Amino acid sequence: MSIVDASASQLLSAMASGKLSAVDVARAFLDQIETHDGKIGAFLHVDHDGALKQAALVDEKRRTVQPLGKLAGLPMAIKDVVCTRGMPTTCGSRILQRFLPPYDAEVVRRFREADAVILGKTNMDEFAMGSSTENSAFKITRNPWDTSRTPGGSSGGSAAAVAAGMALLAVGSDTGGSIRQPAAFCGIVGMKPTYGRVSRYGLVAFASSLDQLGPMASDVAGVAALLEVMAGHDARDSTSVDRPVPEYGRTLEQPLSGLRIGLASEHFAAGLDPEVASAVRAAADVYRSLGAQVIDVTLPHSKYGVAAYYLIAPSEAASNLARYDGVHYGHRAEKFDGLIDMYAASRGEGFGPEVKRRIMLGNYALSAGYYDAYYLKALKVRRLIRNDLDRAFETCDVLLSPVAPTPAFKVGELVDDPLAMYLSDIYTLSANLAGLPGISLPGGFSSGGLPIGIQLLGPPFAEENLLRAARMFERETSWHTKRPRLGVAP
Amino acid sequence: MSYTTVVGLEVHVQLLTRTKLFCGCINRFNPTQPNVQTCPVCLGLPGSLPVMNRHAFELALKTGLALNCTIPALTKWDRKQYYYPDLPKGYQISQYDLPFSSDGWLEIPTDQKAPESRRIGIIRAHLEEDAGKNFHDESGRGGESLVDLNRAGTPLLEIVTKPDIRSGTEAHAFLDELKLLLTYLEVSDCNMQEGSLRCDANVNLHIADPNGGTIATPIVEVKNLNSFRGVEQAIEYEARRQFEQWKETGKKFGEVPKETRGWDAERGATFGQRGKEEASDYRYFPDPDLVPVTIEETWREQVRASLAEFPAAKRKRFESEHHLSLYDASVIVAQGRPFADYFERVAAACADAKQAANWLTQDVLREMKERQLAIETFPITADVLGTLLERVAARKITVNSGRIVFAALLDRSVDSLPPGIEAVDAIISEKGLAITSGADELAPIIDAVLAANAKIVADVKGGKQQAIGALIGQVMKQTKGADPQVVREMLQSRIAAL
Repeated sequence: MSIVDASASQLLSAMASGKLSAVDVARAFLDQIETHDGKIGAFLHVDHDGALKQAALVDEKRRTVQPLGKLAGLPMAIKDVVCTRGMPTTCGSRILQRFLPPYDAEVVRRFREADAVILGKTNMDEFAMGSSTENSAFKITRNPWDTSRTPGGSSGGSAAAVAAGMALLAVGSDTGGSIRQPAAFCGIVGMKPTYGRVSRYGLVAFASSLDQLGPMASDVAGVAALLEVMAGHDARDSTSVDRPVPEYGRTLEQPLSGLRIGLASEHFAAGLDPEVASAVRAAADVYRSLGAQVIDVTLPHSKYGVAAYYLIAPSEAASNLARYDGVHYGHRAEKFDGLIDMYAASRGEGFGPEVKRRIMLGNYALSAGYYDAYYLKALKVRRLIRNDLDRAFETCDVLLSPVAPTPAFKVGELVDDPLAMYLSDIYTLSANLAGLPGISLPGGFSSGGLPIGIQLLGPPFAEENLLRAARMFERETSWHTKRPRLGVAP
Repeated sequence: MSYTTVVGLEVHVQLLTRTKLFCGCINRFNPTQPNVQTCPVCLGLPGSLPVMNRHAFELALKTGLALNCTIPALTKWDRKQYYYPDLPKGYQISQYDLPFSSDGWLEIPTDQKAPESRRIGIIRAHLEEDAGKNFHDESGRGGESLVDLNRAGTPLLEIVTKPDIRSGTEAHAFLDELKLLLTYLEVSDCNMQEGSLRCDANVNLHIADPNGGTIATPIVEVKNLNSFRGVEQAIEYEARRQFEQWKETGKKFGEVPKETRGWDAERGATFGQRGKEEASDYRYFPDPDLVPVTIEETWREQVRASLAEFPAAKRKRFESEHHLSLYDASVIVAQGRPFADYFERVAAACADAKQAANWLTQDVLREMKERQLAIETFPITADVLGTLLERVAARKITVNSGRIVFAALLDRSVDSLPPGIEAVDAIISEKGLAITSGADELAPIIDAVLAANAKIVADVKGGKQQAIGALIGQVMKQTKGADPQVVREMLQSRIAAL
């Protein structure tokens, strides 16, 4: 097996035994990027020299028998929405094209402490607004399984990088499904942790009450290893929760006995691709065969989720993006007439159409006279959705559902139909509204050879159980071992 | 035609915290080094997040409690959104519909010599972050505008009064009392020059309608008020101006939009500022980066228990406990908490509060003013002054000798450390100021004076009691520190025995 197809534990043991150096590993991934990323477009910035330097440092530490971190020598990619000191952090936006953060995000600090090798920054929909990575100001990312298709989004760059063997591990951010949906489209594993499990310090905000960083990898073990490093309290994030972090990797192989899987009829709504539906039902059968109980649950308010989400997320986004005004940093228009015009011209040039659309939606929803009818009402719906889920988790341990209504769609297919694009989040965004953890994992392939993901949702801080449940399925199936044939037409 | 001036104040007070409201940057007035007290959080860099400074919140709570406000069990942070170059996030973290305190009052003395006081209602007090400062090229040559974010994110308390204030003088008295309260609580230094206290006034008139009832004039908000005196003058000016304008136009409240006027201290007049074309919509909503603050009863009561004695309570106590006049009590309290503490230490040391008050309000204040010293750096410490006044009270020296010692203590401190209490007795003995009340020492002097003044002695014996003053004077001249009362008694008994 080649280096870029190996798992995290295989690479860790190969490096520990001296069969491979961290520099060998880094070089293999950098070569893979060199060879294939021209076609895929997963990376916005590749830190070639920095990665090799860091890998050499890990080798040096190992040689001199210094303590090594949990991710020592593992090459990873970081979505370009996470601040990296001295490394471009653009959020896929022109407005931050030349922005170099003077500080590391908390998760990046943790990766460095764990001796990970950071390969670079991955492409994304501008400010994480989108489900296809077509909204990047710089380039589109293509799906490694079929380059005529999108990798999903907004963490499409991270998902494509892992799927194409250009990064072993990757970080994404998930505000309405932005880790789970691209993971499903690209045939990898991606997890959105409980809100507050991972520090948001240094994650450039899209919608603060929904955003959460999470791990992406080609298997559940990789996701567990990365989460173990990312999770934990951070005093610099008021919404971060002070709660011990389990060693997810240690319990991963222990199956859950008496597992109760919930299936909600609302998760098989109109518009669901029959192949996706049957993959989810097949997954239920796998769990049944492992002794799990499959229970019908109901989520009566889930039909209002998309509407509530598209009021709350843009409202927060409009506010969070107000700081990009051309005054202190970021893009400033060259020509303007007075202060107000400087704002208008800088923002007009700096933001793309989807970002502008959401800023307008959000400002409208927060305007005097509309606040109660839109924003406040959406908050009430959000509460009802959480109540539905709490009630469901009284009778089941995890909810099994589709990730997205369809497998990966074509580049350009939905880009002019924002409503259809918004509906691709229908099965993922309730986890964000409710603050719950969710994981997307490979659950099959369409007749056209595209990956299909399945989703498991759990109650707050049930990451450990979700990972174990995901691993139970993964062990019984071989979907996660499939790799796209790069550079070959499907 | 008579009218009542109706005023409500909006006061912004910077809190005396070590660090800013939502980050660890230093909170200090530092106009000469722009943008050095900043970090990703107060610069509003992408990805940075605010974390509440608990100490700032406690200072705010102290103020709310001292202003007799209702403190809710839960308060939250909201974003007030507008664009301005000194506001790096494009919103200010503030409190909108759930401020940490509301519905209180502050009692203000209407006159320091009169016992009655007035309550000014407080609508609300809330905590927010301050903005930075913009600097514009005022030469008119279109130079660059600059932004200093040292102040951005520092804690600011906004206190809004009810329209209970009836004159410029009363507004001034309110601000004096508020400043005194906040400095006693060590919540703020209320330094208007450094901008740590800022004030806007909403002014209108209630004019007695000849047909019954009252007519309200349109409300005017006066800004740029940079001294308490300025607030007072601006309100008085505005009342006169509004009355004239009403006579001219007859426009009533509600018929014209609220006007904002600036105050020109040099011309002593308000001037119209370009009004905003429409009311701003700040699109307030709860800040999702901050968790709501739960104010548990135990926390609230801990803060309440930690409150220093309020100035009003101190004045009352000085009257009842130390038997001071309201005037003396007010003068001492108005000098600030260190001065009032100094007074109490002196009073305790000499066991004569009235005398301590006299010395403080006259001698000490005079010397502080002349030497431009604060009480904290005044060279005669409370213990030393207390010792000196104890000597006076115990009639070991006269009041006049006390003043000589006081002056000597001040002289002595010029080139050295403040003298210790031993200096008091040292100066008394050096200068021979001790009252020689012993009959043994006085007897020969008295005998000599009596012998030399037979005529006066005869007058006294003949009933001219006031003539004894001349004899006392002569004895006093020959002794350096005799107690005149003792001399008088000895003279009287000797003359009676003759």
